Amino acid sequence: MDTSIWRPIIYLVCFMAFAGLNAAYLGWCERKGAGRIQRRTGPMEVGFHGLLQPLADGLKLMTKQLLVPEGVDQILFRIAPILAMIPALTSMVVIPFSDNIQGRAVELSVLMLFALASIGMIAILIGGWASANKYAVISAARAVSQNLAYEIPMLLTVITIVMITGSMNLQDIAMDQQGGFWHWNIFRFDKSIFMPVSFLIFFICSVAETNRAPFDMAEAESELIAGFMTEYGSMGFGLFMMGEYLNIVVGACLTTILFLGGWSCPFGLFPGVWWFLIKIYILIFTFIWVRWTYPRTQVYKLLNLSWKILIPFSMVNLLVTAAFIKVF
Amino acid sequence: MTVPIQCRPDEVFVLNLGPQHPATHGVLRVKLTMDGEYIVKAEPVLGYIHRMHEKMAEAGSFAQFMPNTARMDYLHALAYNHGYVLAVERAAGIEVPERAEYIRVITVELNRLSSHLLWWAAFLLDLGGFTPLLYAFDDRERILDLLERITGSRLTYCYFRFGGVYNDIDDEFIAGTRDFIKRLRSRLPRMYHDLVTHNIILIKRLKDIGFITPEQCRKYGATGPVARGSGINYDVRKNEPYSVYPEFDFDVPVYTECDSMARYMVRMDEIEQSLRIIEQALDKLPDGPVKAKKVPKILKPAAGDYYAAVEAARGAFGCRLVCDGGKSAYRLKLRSPTFSNLSLFGEVAEGMLLADALAFMGSLDLVIPEIDR
Amino acid sequence: MSIVEETRKALLQLFPEQAAAEAEAEAAADAEAAAGAEADTDATAEDTASTEEAGEAAGGEETAAEPAAPAKEEEPAEEGPRENGVLVTDHAARGTHLDVLCDPEQVVEAAGIMDEAGFFLEAITGVDWIKEDRMEVIYDYNQTGPDPCRVVVRTFIPRANPEIPTISEIHPGANWHERETHDFFGIKFQGHPYLEPLLLPEDADFHPLLKDFTP
Repeated sequence: MDTSIWRPIIYLVCFMAFAGLNAAYLGWCERKGAGRIQRRTGPMEVGFHGLLQPLADGLKLMTKQLLVPEGVDQILFRIAPILAMIPALTSMVVIPFSDNIQGRAVELSVLMLFALASIGMIAILIGGWASANKYAVISAARAVSQNLAYEIPMLLTVITIVMITGSMNLQDIAMDQQGGFWHWNIFRFDKSIFMPVSFLIFFICSVAETNRAPFDMAEAESELIAGFMTEYGSMGFGLFMMGEYLNIVVGACLTTILFLGGWSCPFGLFPGVWWFLIKIYILIFTFIWVRWTYPRTQVYKLLNLSWKILIPFSMVNLLVTAAFIKVF
Repeated sequence: MTVPIQCRPDEVFVLNLGPQHPATHGVLRVKLTMDGEYIVKAEPVLGYIHRMHEKMAEAGSFAQFMPNTARMDYLHALAYNHGYVLAVERAAGIEVPERAEYIRVITVELNRLSSHLLWWAAFLLDLGGFTPLLYAFDDRERILDLLERITGSRLTYCYFRFGGVYNDIDDEFIAGTRDFIKRLRSRLPRMYHDLVTHNIILIKRLKDIGFITPEQCRKYGATGPVARGSGINYDVRKNEPYSVYPEFDFDVPVYTECDSMARYMVRMDEIEQSLRIIEQALDKLPDGPVKAKKVPKILKPAAGDYYAAVEAARGAFGCRLVCDGGKSAYRLKLRSPTFSNLSLFGEVAEGMLLADALAFMGSLDLVIPEIDR
Repeated sequence: MSIVEETRKALLQLFPEQAAAEAEAEAAADAEAAAGAEADTDATAEDTASTEEAGEAAGGEETAAEPAAPAKEEEPAEEGPRENGVLVTDHAARGTHLDVLCDPEQVVEAAGIMDEAGFFLEAITGVDWIKEDRMEVIYDYNQTGPDPCRVVVRTFIPRANPEIPTISEIHPGANWHERETHDFFGIKFQGHPYLEPLLLPEDADFHPLLKDFTP
């Protein structure tokens, strides 16, 4: 009886801590990474190598006045940042960090993750619309069309994985890839010759879904100032930022589980949560790396990339995988 | 509850781009009539940083107006120094010693480099690429250090004098400049071109965007890299040589594609040409004084009007000086290149997407204080 | 024929009197050349020199006796008011190649001629000659050919009623320049599509570059 009560509480505390730490410290990582790429040091003043910077930033954001401009939709304006944060936090529940670290083993966890991810888009839509700002509305419209366009190829590639594994449970999908790196879905040429490409499609889509550069159409600061966040200050802005970083973490976790074998070691040694963490942080670093390297695309070219290249290709990929499964 | 935007789906709305907007680089305001993300009509609204320099020229003596020239185009201030100095020297009939002319060319070209580097950085920032900014500023910083030693300031130079320059250059400056040339030459192909110019996203965003025909350039009086990107081979340094520019061997890069990419390439090639000019000028640098002797403290040019034009980083800058024999200008008209370059924005931006229009605006290389004067 | 000469010929359309006088002078010079010397290599050089002199003479100057090289050009105002016409100016001393003085009504025609000749408009500006109680409007033209040729077209309008036709239909770039000149001098460009303040605030009712302006 005791364990059944303590277990959820411990998980809750741990996941909240993990999420909070990531949301705060990915900002620091991003700034350090950007600094490295731009040949400067990044934050250095607060704490050793600026390690206390996120704390200072959080303090600053929290002490600022929560400004609600005149003419905005009072309720929706306040809901939007919360709505941006909550689905990302909730997603943490179903992500298996290792074979025995998982908040809740949901049978349809893949489906649940994507359902939650779509709510993040609605948060942007609400935030943009409620701001009563033309830039924010344009940004909201962009975010919706972009997320719509990129969810389709993303789901199509996920369907190939589900077909290969025969399960919608993330735990099963990860277990299916145990052993060396040749078991990972990305290299399973016996199931489909296009697996590395579908990994690439999935990765591109997750960059687009999280509204990260070079696909950050929604907050393209040189065009739309800050997009849907224009009217937000204080912790409202902070929540949007934290939501964004948490979405990156979720995206990286999902990519790791679906394609990179979850917590399995590339050489079959010491499987465990550390491998999972190494993998997701490599992916997150790639996110940062891409952001600070490429200029932003243009919104219609972005949509064309999805509708004209990624979606047809992921459909072909789906058919090829189905054929492979049928033949072999 | 208030409805944020009251419009029918078939209605257009007005979007105020600026006066404070990250992409307008200062206080430019563009009144955009939008249909969704497409621009129906674009109307630049100027004057937010208008300071009436031309009236100030009428108030003080000729020398007193010198510092003002640097405060128009603060990125290529020395070219504005040069244009004004040329006009006054022409009016007063002052001869400039050769060494001073060479120093003028060297410093103006160094300043042109720093201007182009900053444009490059800001343009990439407009396109959402953050990192190039720091690379360009790294190089620009070295130019500013070099110029600071000689001119005493880093941005708003007041270095030229009627009949020469304020200060002679020394060996340290020459050695530093040579080092800088070597350094920028080695960084250009890899850090500037491999990383940015050949980037597929950049090419896709600039190719065939912001098409300006040569005829449009002529009708609106566009000059500088904007005209050269439209296939017009016009550079004041070549077409109407001034100072000692005829002594140097350099090319005028011209691209005929007429799009934003062409304007980008013109400026990138100009960086290389400026390096060539500086190198030759350092090699040929003659000895001698850097200031003409017997330039009166108070100039009183003969009545009449005089014109002088120079090639600034953004196009042809012209000074029309009307004198009435007094000790200050009766009228000084400053013809700023970006004023004309921006005037075609409204026509070209029609029907563009917002994102493309901003990329196009960046390719015009606007410096707002110079437009508003 | 150099671009300066060509443009000068084109601009002479504006001034039939000067053109006629010049044709006369040219014919006389031709006759003189034909009579004086045999067809020699010098003939062409002399010819251009004489046309230049003719041009200067027609512009209201009595410098015909000057040597062929374009000497330091004198200020026309010194010798009484300058007559309408095209004047060849020394680029090294003035910065322009051709100087046109015309009636205010002729600026549109001049703009048309410049447009046809492939020139672009660099700037429009005014000068307030308060002592003479008139205003000068100056149009700077330039072209992008390999040889430099700057043309300045100037005209005078009364100070009390500064009005001049717009050229913004011929040179769209003139739109802003005219608005700016209207801001600074209050010169009304008749037919301008949108003569609102450009650089001054939208409610500005003052014209700072007038000499009697006090802030």
